[in-house]
Amino acid sequence: MSAETETPRPMDFLLPERLDEALEAMAARAGTVPVAGGTDVMVRLGTGHERPAAAVDLTRIVCLSRWERTAGGIRLGATVPYTRIAGELAAPLPGLAAAARTVGSRQIRNRGTVGGALGTASPTGDVHPMLLACGAEVELVSVRGARRVPVRDFYTGPGRTVRAPDELIRAVRVPEAEGPQAYAKAGRRGAVVMATCSFAVALWPSRAWVGTGIGSAAPVPRPAPEAEQFVARELGELRLWQTRGPLPDDVLARFGELAAAATAPADDVRGSSAYRRHAVAVLARRTLGRVWDDYRAHRRTEGEPCT
Amino acid sequence: MTAYAPHTRRVPGAVGDSAPRPDGPLKVRGAFAYSSDLEAEDMLWGTTLRSPHAHARILAVDTSAALALPGVRAVLTHRDVPGRNLHGSMVVDQPVLAVDTVRYEGEPVAVVAAEDPETARRAAELVGVAYEVLAPVTDAGAALAPDSPAVHPGGNLLRHVPLRRGRAARGEPLTADVVVRGVYEVGMQDQAFLGPESGLAVPGPDGGVSLHVATQWLHVDHDQVVAALGLPREKVRLHLAGVGGAFGAREDLSMHAHACLLALRTGRPVKMCYTRSESFVGHVHRHPAKMAYEHGATRDGRLVYVRASIVLDGGAYSSSSPAVAGTVATCSLGPYEVPDAEVDVRVVYTNNPPCGAMRGFGAVQACFGYESQMDRLARELGMDPVELRIRNAVAEGSAVANGQVLDHPAPVAELLRRVRERPMPGPSLPQGGHLTGTTSRGESVVRGVGYAVGFKNVGFVEGFDDYSTARVRLEAGGGQVRAVVTSAAAEVGQGVVTVQAQIARTELGVEQVTVEPGDSAFGSAGPSSSSRQTYVTGGAVKAAAEAVRARVLERADRLLGRPGSATGLSGEAVTGAGGKVLCKLADVLGDEAVEETVEWHHRPTFPLDPETGQGDSVFQFAFAAHRAVVDVDTELGLVRTVEIATAQDVGKAVNPQALLGQIHGGTVQGLGLALMEEIRVEGGLMQNPSFADYLIPTVHDVPAMHVDVLELADPHAPYGVRGVGEPPNISSPAAVAAAVRDATGLPLPRIPLRPEDVAGLTGTDDALPEPATAGAPPTGGDPP
Amino acid sequence: MHLTLTVNGERHDAEGVAGTESLLYVLRQRLGLYGAKNACEQGQCGSCSVHLDGVLVCACLVPAPQAHGRSVETVEGLAGEDGPHPVQEAFLACGAVQCGFCTPGMLKAAEDLLRRCPDPGEAEIKDALAGNLCRCTGYRHILEAVRLAAARTRAPESRP
Repeated sequence: MSAETETPRPMDFLLPERLDEALEAMAARAGTVPVAGGTDVMVRLGTGHERPAAAVDLTRIVCLSRWERTAGGIRLGATVPYTRIAGELAAPLPGLAAAARTVGSRQIRNRGTVGGALGTASPTGDVHPMLLACGAEVELVSVRGARRVPVRDFYTGPGRTVRAPDELIRAVRVPEAEGPQAYAKAGRRGAVVMATCSFAVALWPSRAWVGTGIGSAAPVPRPAPEAEQFVARELGELRLWQTRGPLPDDVLARFGELAAAATAPADDVRGSSAYRRHAVAVLARRTLGRVWDDYRAHRRTEGEPCT
Repeated sequence: MTAYAPHTRRVPGAVGDSAPRPDGPLKVRGAFAYSSDLEAEDMLWGTTLRSPHAHARILAVDTSAALALPGVRAVLTHRDVPGRNLHGSMVVDQPVLAVDTVRYEGEPVAVVAAEDPETARRAAELVGVAYEVLAPVTDAGAALAPDSPAVHPGGNLLRHVPLRRGRAARGEPLTADVVVRGVYEVGMQDQAFLGPESGLAVPGPDGGVSLHVATQWLHVDHDQVVAALGLPREKVRLHLAGVGGAFGAREDLSMHAHACLLALRTGRPVKMCYTRSESFVGHVHRHPAKMAYEHGATRDGRLVYVRASIVLDGGAYSSSSPAVAGTVATCSLGPYEVPDAEVDVRVVYTNNPPCGAMRGFGAVQACFGYESQMDRLARELGMDPVELRIRNAVAEGSAVANGQVLDHPAPVAELLRRVRERPMPGPSLPQGGHLTGTTSRGESVVRGVGYAVGFKNVGFVEGFDDYSTARVRLEAGGGQVRAVVTSAAAEVGQGVVTVQAQIARTELGVEQVTVEPGDSAFGSAGPSSSSRQTYVTGGAVKAAAEAVRARVLERADRLLGRPGSATGLSGEAVTGAGGKVLCKLADVLGDEAVEETVEWHHRPTFPLDPETGQGDSVFQFAFAAHRAVVDVDTELGLVRTVEIATAQDVGKAVNPQALLGQIHGGTVQGLGLALMEEIRVEGGLMQNPSFADYLIPTVHDVPAMHVDVLELADPHAPYGVRGVGEPPNISSPAAVAAAVRDATGLPLPRIPLRPEDVAGLTGTDDALPEPATAGAPPTGGDPP
Repeated sequence: MHLTLTVNGERHDAEGVAGTESLLYVLRQRLGLYGAKNACEQGQCGSCSVHLDGVLVCACLVPAPQAHGRSVETVEGLAGEDGPHPVQEAFLACGAVQCGFCTPGMLKAAEDLLRRCPDPGEAEIKDALAGNLCRCTGYRHILEAVRLAAARTRAPESRP
């Protein structure tokens, strides 16, 4: 115990203005923690249980705080906060904007970022299901180089991802919406609550595909591949992409069942596993019904005042 | 009703006005000093090492590593407590610092003072405690079994309050044409005030200590701190620091003695401030309750008898559990005429977090039980639930559960009628931002309506000599007159500072009133709890002001040379017959202020008979009724409260705006209990000690609220007032739960309602349980 | 580390700031500005709401070093030279203050809303205040106060 009595070296906090400086800092010392909005990192530091050797501030690195249109969609810098996603990206990324609106409070949305959510990789994070449903890709970068990882391959366990200790999340690439998207979040309170479970769905008419994502109902955010394949098959066989005809109730119900089958929920203070499985089925059925109705009516998304 | 002071011109800000809070301007500037905002030159930071176990034997404590950490100035254990190493506001059973056993998770074992909070926290981590972990007693019902391990040497039964009325008292069987039974549960609610437990202890040159602390009652804290420190009373001084909410959670000691011990040991000021997770283990909670009820009635809906067995989980230490059990018993039948009753309330020691006072103080749990039963009975009888309640409602002249005949207005039927007669809210969709807007566009959403009425004693009961002390001084200066009111009544947000000034204005006819806080050296005001301060401290201020007025009038008579001519004070003038101004008040006062101090006692109360629970134990009851309207997504089990209507008799609305604030706030705390607020405890360990997982209502969860205030004066109370803080908190949980039952058709016997319950996924066993007493725990004697 | 920041228009310096400190800690314990409150220190209650470069944030979640060279506005800076801010007046007028622990953060959130949205509807007000917990008032008087402040901000002559 005597070794512990020495005052530990205080945590260094680096404030780089260039990405390469940040990458060098990440490479220089193992366990260096990147910080943007602080909404996760500061909670962990506040409990005193986490004392990393160093932290690297990302908020001064301008290239991380921008989004841009690329051929493949929106390239969203890692430190763009949710408020800006909800406000500036509601047209190209309506689903992600809707998910961003359900994150925490205004104060949290002003600070929290998609890069941070990916870094933390909490199964309750609100943006993961929609990133899954959209087939987003994560850009990772280190002094060793850059790589892109499909978000479906990104999460490896609760709070764990494929990100190497020296890598930073630089951006996430999200295809622009081709059709209606919806995010539904079940929580025990009207606002500012972690999801008991959540579900995202996005229609991709050009690929005749329905993307899905499930939150808070498995150790990691995950899609519901069987539900996706099932509904793609049904839509194709019934030629509904072309006719924009109604989606039969039994298809919606089966879609919900398959979504629920994709979960591996836990019992915790926010809800029982049985509830989560049940609720994912309901949310999947309802959100698919909703986006399909919107697709039939040629609706994309709704405007939001005062964001 | 007590007459108003005779004046001719009403002073602005008198009783009945929505006078502004005197502390309001400071609070909106961020300049009001809460207990966590205090600092002193050369101040140290204290922190607490707590047990990580719900039940363990302490084998050894090694403080050497902590003491060796640079910046650490003191590490104290129970060996360093010079006085009595026990505290407790009623039963003295809780160690200041644990000796050889810890009985709940979070129990303080050692305290540390260091130069900064981070060092103090690290040092606490370095205190080596060797525990032998013991099996915790975690089920209150099982704790009563004869073979249960004992949490304390005297056994696990902390208090048993039996109540026997009518046939039950005579040993005759209880029978009725219609019988309904139910078992109901209430989870552990937290007060969740925002201002954490905190304070600053400053050692004095005389070897004493001053503690600035947020509390509900300086004087009962003072007694306990003095005992722990082993110092003469006058060497320990407690001052009220700014209080960031209380709701019962500041009735027991938290960091009080610890900070004083550290300050005395180091000779330096010591600040302590709990984190939020520490706050959750640092104060008591609302008792979880399991209540087996059986109601017997005639076919036309008259209650014949009630049988109930109620077990409260008191947790590891007594806190105010004995009094809570008494309140549960006294309120167990509801505000209804019940000729025969057989009720047993038991509060039990376990190794769960200690429970004690929270707004409503047992009446909340009982109300959920008896009101759930009234709905069940109404259904059984095919009667309208409000009609059934009205048919059985008490009124002035009725006896309630403790046999006490109500000698003041008790407009229970009227309150119910008022909430029923309000127009129903129209259909409403969730507003943008409310999460139910993401889960449903109206699918499976069903409207439900629920009613509940509740009641509770105001103030202390069972013969406790409850009083408050107030000093009023009337002085002139610069041609103006002002009054200074001093009392130790704790301003916890409820507005007792405002009310005291209003009363002084009313009685003395002066506008300028200053309210000064008394510290522990001033007379006690009793606690800011049990909805009592406006009544009791209000009564003391009124009496002191009346005494001042009487002396001023005498003096005016002498000055005027006409005995009996001066009859009142108004507009800074002395008035006579017909309100005629006789002279200026400033001239009467001159340089000689008039000051009176009064210790004011409300009318006496009497103990409950230990066999029958009968006795005039209460000096006033208060009543409120709610109607809740909810929209329930019956498939997802998600509830959105659309509207809550409240009707409450307040006797006299001393400050209508502040009164509404109490009713809104209390109602919403009840809504929280119904829908989301619960400390989840597993194996004695808290699962959600944070605001991320212990959810209290946000602004999005709050419905439209309509409040109907009745002012039926209580002839025994100053100005006719009736306590207002608790009633809105008592019946709102039951009303919200009833509304959700109405929407879902599910029995929903437990609050808070979880989405899985409301969605019908949990085994909601609606089978009639055995008669309440059949499954009741064995009757035991009270522990010594 | 050394920290320089502007608080309510005034430059402040702090020495020896640890990387683990929050902006809230710096404001309260190093600069003696106790207006922002410490209720949960996890971003769940909004009591510590301040503006950081014009953006409403929970000061407890801002690593202090991030505030280096930046501008912070706290409740202490709400009142101007010509008197209290309309939200401060309205909170008092409507009885929106009880214990007052949430009040500084609530006022900052309300002010932030009125900066963005001069004529907010009920939903916008609720969205703006959802991150600010109040345990005393049941929020109804707070909602009234924000509506009143908005009206007075739009029509300043209606201020008392």
